[in-house]
Amino acid sequence: MDVNPVETILKRYDYQDSWLVAMLQDLQTEMHYLPKEALEYMAEKLGISRTRIFRVATFYAAFSLTPKGKHRIHVCLGTACHVRGAGLIVNTLERQLKIKPGGTTSDLQFSLDTVNCLGACASGPIVVVDGEYSGEMSSLKMEKLLKPYRKGKKES
Amino acid sequence: MKRINSVEDLEREREKIRAARDPNKPCITICTGTGCHAAGCYPVAGALREALRTGGIEGEVDLRITGCHGFCERGPLVVINPQRILYQRVKPDDAPDIVSETLKKGKIIERLLYVHPLTEEKIVREDDVPFYKLQKRIIFGNNGNIDPTSIEDYLAIGGYSALAKALTSMEPQQIVEEVKKSGLRGRGGGGFHTGTKWESCRKASGDTRYVICNADEGDPGAYMDRSLLEGNPHSVLEGMIIGAFAIGSNEGYVYVRNEYPLAVENLRIALDRANDWGFFGKNILGSGFDFNVKINRGGGAFVCGESTALMASLEGQPGEPRAKHIHTVESGLYEKPTNLNNVETWANVPYIVNLGAEQYRQIGTDGSKGTKIFSLVGKVNNTGLVEVPMGITLREIVYDIGGGIIGGKRFKAIQTGGPSGGCLPESLLDLPVDFDRLTEAGSMMGSGGMIVMDENNCMVDVAKYFMNFLKEESCGKCASCREGTKRMYEVLHRITEGNGREGDIALLEDLSFVTAEASLCALGGTAPNPVLSTIRYFREEYEVHIKNKKCPAGVCKELITYRIIPNQCTICGRCQKVCPSQAIRGKIKMKKPFEILPEKCIRCGMCSEACKFDAIEIV
Repeated sequence: MDVNPVETILKRYDYQDSWLVAMLQDLQTEMHYLPKEALEYMAEKLGISRTRIFRVATFYAAFSLTPKGKHRIHVCLGTACHVRGAGLIVNTLERQLKIKPGGTTSDLQFSLDTVNCLGACASGPIVVVDGEYSGEMSSLKMEKLLKPYRKGKKES
Repeated sequence: MKRINSVEDLEREREKIRAARDPNKPCITICTGTGCHAAGCYPVAGALREALRTGGIEGEVDLRITGCHGFCERGPLVVINPQRILYQRVKPDDAPDIVSETLKKGKIIERLLYVHPLTEEKIVREDDVPFYKLQKRIIFGNNGNIDPTSIEDYLAIGGYSALAKALTSMEPQQIVEEVKKSGLRGRGGGGFHTGTKWESCRKASGDTRYVICNADEGDPGAYMDRSLLEGNPHSVLEGMIIGAFAIGSNEGYVYVRNEYPLAVENLRIALDRANDWGFFGKNILGSGFDFNVKINRGGGAFVCGESTALMASLEGQPGEPRAKHIHTVESGLYEKPTNLNNVETWANVPYIVNLGAEQYRQIGTDGSKGTKIFSLVGKVNNTGLVEVPMGITLREIVYDIGGGIIGGKRFKAIQTGGPSGGCLPESLLDLPVDFDRLTEAGSMMGSGGMIVMDENNCMVDVAKYFMNFLKEESCGKCASCREGTKRMYEVLHRITEGNGREGDIALLEDLSFVTAEASLCALGGTAPNPVLSTIRYFREEYEVHIKNKKCPAGVCKELITYRIIPNQCTICGRCQKVCPSQAIRGKIKMKKPFEILPEKCIRCGMCSEACKFDAIEIV
């Protein structure tokens, strides 16, 4: 494992374990998941137990211990999106991608996740693909939205 | 920028900034809040900049990128100052006309005006639009006037003058008294008296004290804190410095949701700039008072909105709450006295200090003073953020400001208070909105989400939705909450699947009682509210699900079937084309209405969405 990115993160927070959540966030952003070796390395360098680092890593929804797909799909399931039918969009995506929320397609192209609220309630249902927001979404519009990603025309 | 070392310096700099600005110079403000962002405001801003350049009036007109104006439904929003002309749903193609007609010739572009849905009158000025007219935007209003990344903009509208006043002409205890007298209560949900909290923290023993801004806005359907941080971050920071001075703290934290990247960025810029100017650091404005703030990003756990869980998270631990036999004002972060307030609460502080408690008290009801920002969303025409005086009725919010229900449908319920709150029925529309009235009605203020529901929303489904949320977000420390939310979800789930049993309502009530009574923190304590409030006001709907195995609102999948209405079907074949399960029978050339085969139908709703003739109904 290349320890350099982990070291950069540790240095950024001066090896202070009170910034553990922030460090894991940076690691997640960097690697798109939290590799086991990186966590073990971090625990050792911070002088904290592996139990603690895994406890924190598994507690927060922002962290994933498994690799995520190339394209990240987030469907907002906030209340405003829910009452406007966001659940049907999730069902459609589950059917089309053959994965459940939290899952990644076997070709590592897409990951599907649900989020509790993105704070863009006025234009719900909201779907975010690779950081790009689309408002007033529906099952039918989803097909069109994903098309360029399927063909590999859009790079993340 | 050189550090400002005294109030005199500050006022001199402020005058300089103001003198360099001509209040009559045309200024286009563009809302770039998340709603407008999703609607495409940045291409509009680019097109306007280009149109100003090609029109040759680049130097004569200011273009200002601002935070959320609130009227998200009508975005992208563009306001032309000083006339305050509101153009809504602006597209990049409109930019040349805005420059050539409005800015050059002073003509109004009719097609971009807001049209009153009832009177069909076209409204020119932003302030005359009913959505804005009926609000009282003392905290949120400046969002539309300033560029959040410019500290100069904030200073030009009087920013940091409350801080100057507090540091030079008020004693810390006097500030605490003033906040107490103002009647300000916590805007994050609990509604605890802010001044009382400050006083307890100030009096707690120990040298080190912390102040925290809780920006972990977790309630789904609420985004006012996000918009404040994105649109006017200095107002929150100014409130924190004043609070820290009053309490006697030299170190503060802002704990902000990582799902809000723009809020984090704008806050960071604001903090850096305020540091440069000398509003943070040592000897602020020459007062001898030192204060610094750090920004922490949350990890996406709803429970971290709870104060003790948030503090655990700040210490790099899992965000699990602890019992509050000893309050956090005495022993909080790192076991030091800690005062935590929510974003909106902090933003109220400069206003109170500037205006004085006496005048602030004039706004609101007996027990709830000031204004509250609500996010009015769901099945309402004018969705967006609204700031209203406490005591306004739900009806005024939903109908006068919100413009009623989408598509003229029937109002069914309004959900307030997020997952800790409840659903209130039509009969309570005249309820005055304040902390105590909402609690009496079985809901709560919460952080200010208001989700409007119509006849097509199922209340059992809504209760199930919240219970699913809560079972996922329960940290698991207390068995009553961990298991209670799970069991309640299971019962609700079977009811929505048509497997509800006699006695399920009573079982839900029992589970509610135990979950609320035996859990440590407010998450478990209030978790049953969505269930209890829907049982209280919509019991019949539960009974129809359980006894008749029907979902009157047509939501619960297992209890509904889709049907094509023969005489409305135009035999166009669209439904058949989109159906993912080949459940639609018919051929265009047979010239006979199409038919849905219930045994094959997976109730995904795609056909109904695709049909342009409303020929598919749910039965």
